[in-house]
Amino acid sequence: MAEDQDKILEEVTGGEYKYGFYTDIEMEEFPKGLNEDIIRLISAKKNEPEFMLEFRLKAFRHWLTMKQPNWAHLNIPPIDFQDIIYYAVPKKKPELESMDDVDPELKATFDKLGIPLDEQKVLAGVAVDAVIDSVSVKTTFKETLAEKGIIFCSISEAVQEYPDLVKKYLGSVVPHQDNYFGALNAAVFSDGSFVYIPKGVRCPMELSTYFRINAMNTGQFERTLIVADDDSYVSYLEGCTAPMRDENQLHAAIVEIVAMERAEVKYSTVQNWYPGDKEGKGGIYNFVTKRGICKGDYSKISWTQVETGSAITWKYPSCVLQGDHSVGEFYSVAVTNNYQQADTGTKMIHLGKNTRSLIVSKGVSAGKSQNSYRGLVKVSKKAENARNFSQCDSLLLGDKCGAHTFPYLEIANNSAKVEHEATTSKIGEDQIFYCNQRGLSTEDAVGLIVNGYVKEVINQLPMEFAVEAQKLLQISLEGSVG
Amino acid sequence: MLVIKDLHAKIDDKEILRGINLEIKPGEVHAIMGPNGSGKSTLSSVLAGNEKFEVNEGSVSFNGKDLLDLAPEDRAREGLFLSFQYPVEIPGVSMVNFMRTAVNEHRKYREEEPYSASEFLKLMREKKKLVEIDSNLTNRSVNEGFSGGEKKKNEIFQMAMLEPKLAILDETDSGLDIDALRVVANGVNKLKSPERSTIVITHYQRLLDHIVPDYVHVLYKGRIVKSAGKELALELEEKGYDWIKKEFED
Ligand SMILES: Nc1ncnc2c1ncn2[C@@H]1O[C@H](COP(=O)(O)OP(=O)(O)O)[C@@H](O)[C@H]1O
Ligand SMILES: [Mg+2]
Repeated sequence: MAEDQDKILEEVTGGEYKYGFYTDIEMEEFPKGLNEDIIRLISAKKNEPEFMLEFRLKAFRHWLTMKQPNWAHLNIPPIDFQDIIYYAVPKKKPELESMDDVDPELKATFDKLGIPLDEQKVLAGVAVDAVIDSVSVKTTFKETLAEKGIIFCSISEAVQEYPDLVKKYLGSVVPHQDNYFGALNAAVFSDGSFVYIPKGVRCPMELSTYFRINAMNTGQFERTLIVADDDSYVSYLEGCTAPMRDENQLHAAIVEIVAMERAEVKYSTVQNWYPGDKEGKGGIYNFVTKRGICKGDYSKISWTQVETGSAITWKYPSCVLQGDHSVGEFYSVAVTNNYQQADTGTKMIHLGKNTRSLIVSKGVSAGKSQNSYRGLVKVSKKAENARNFSQCDSLLLGDKCGAHTFPYLEIANNSAKVEHEATTSKIGEDQIFYCNQRGLSTEDAVGLIVNGYVKEVINQLPMEFAVEAQKLLQISLEGSVG
Repeated sequence: MLVIKDLHAKIDDKEILRGINLEIKPGEVHAIMGPNGSGKSTLSSVLAGNEKFEVNEGSVSFNGKDLLDLAPEDRAREGLFLSFQYPVEIPGVSMVNFMRTAVNEHRKYREEEPYSASEFLKLMREKKKLVEIDSNLTNRSVNEGFSGGEKKKNEIFQMAMLEPKLAILDETDSGLDIDALRVVANGVNKLKSPERSTIVITHYQRLLDHIVPDYVHVLYKGRIVKSAGKELALELEEKGYDWIKKEFED
């Protein structure tokens, strides 16, 4: 009977990765390996001003002094950093004024991924900055945004066009000393997105970046910087997929967000990178540093993430609540299957008075996967009346997977109120049988239950993303369905 | 409609059904009574296809099909409905979503177009009225936080939505107050038709006052040990099960 259950779950959760295809685009690549020459080459290729080269070299020199971290619940095989290509660009880098200019292969890739890059979908109100292996290929809707003074472009472009803004904010939230992968990113980052919302402007559309890892053996090091000036609002979407590949690929991105007085930034991620096959072979290593600072009073930063992919995920979108009355939120769904490992959570650092944070984390584990929530709530001495509420739920499918919760509290002010609730539940045979008896297949039953379980988080996503996220959950857990 | 022949079923090598024979014709109502632990719920579970139980002997034909050969969801789509003795809670899954998926799966099986949202909501309103179920129950997650009585009423509501050919009510009346009992009985009676059959598992005559059975069976230690007309239920109410137990002690 237990075996039967396992069999069902295996069938249901043994879905193959649907985005495993490879686009044959000619690439310009640097030789493998990492040294100061490679960094100088990257900087020169990108025609960067002196301060950027300095920024990179400083980070690189610091990185050399650091050790690869080692976490209890992540079983990370050693990464050979000399065996990675740090720069790869599609060779026929066109001037992209319209869709017709985009490499048809590339376009087909995006089509397969279902990315709304084509004009009709753009009309639906999504501005897309597509990143394929290091270089931003197309930015849409730039003009409309420009009318409001909004800057939305690749970070390389920003370095050229808005060096003062970049110089002021790049590395201001995640300094290169912060962590191992952060330092590496600062040294070699190739591209990413830059957003600036001027004072008092409400960004009229969702801004969106799709990442996709394509070339063989290229690590990807995006760098995203979002600055929301006083009284502004922006909602930013990040979606990711990667083609099937046998060798593990490294991904070490950095996202920095700055929210000034009364500004609000919503950052949503739906991530479905290749998780490796059923035996745990291949797949993306995802080590991402995401951090926002609520600099101004009454500012708010909200992270929402749906993580279904990657072989290894190590990710803690965080908020530094510096301004008084500022608010940080973290909504997360992390799904692991087969041999995936996820270690994710958030850090809420309360510095200002009357700051509030909310954490809602939903882990879903299937197969032989391990899913950990790791969260830090820190209340500094001066943070009078800080409030935090954390809800961490784990859902297990089958009994070969694991869920772990590690809440850390550092409270230095007595007026703080911090609450933590955690639950672990299992999809029961009796729940599945109840659904079966009403005419639902086991796959549909699991899909329905999982989607019900994560609803609170999915509801935070913009409409079109929510639909996509639900489909992804089906795909990553339900095998033949979809 | 339903023909059960020499049905044996076990769990963990413990034989619980030990040779059940039963035939139900279209339109009939059969009551199954018997002391706790006789195997009444096991029989319902086995008919519905719960894989916890292993059928080691016997056959069941349902409208000409080999029931035991069908997956549980296909048995449901063929028109078999079980009102559970202990309905489970499914947190986060709304009744509307759940029922819409269920109804449309049934329709797909019959090669009918799925209901649109508005068609479905209309159907739901009708059925809610029919079984006099509280409107807010359907706005909540499946059985989550429902009282015992609400869960049972919800089973009847689902039965009304799915319009089964054979409904098995496993102690749907247990623990209900008079009002809820009336709702359940009315629901069943309103759905009654010459094509639809019902198995009512109960301990009480009071339900059978409302849902009048054509036959009453006594299940004891995994076998049907006595079958008769509706008067048997009255006799059992009066005399209890001891006389039957004595008769069939082995
Ligand atoms: N899941 C189970 N595991 C072990 N024994 C069970 C299980 N379910 C039922 N039984 C046993 O089967 C017998 C019949 O139970 P059941 O069918 O629930 O009886 P009834 O519904 O007539 O009260 C009882 O002895 C009960 O203990
Ligand atoms: Mg019972």
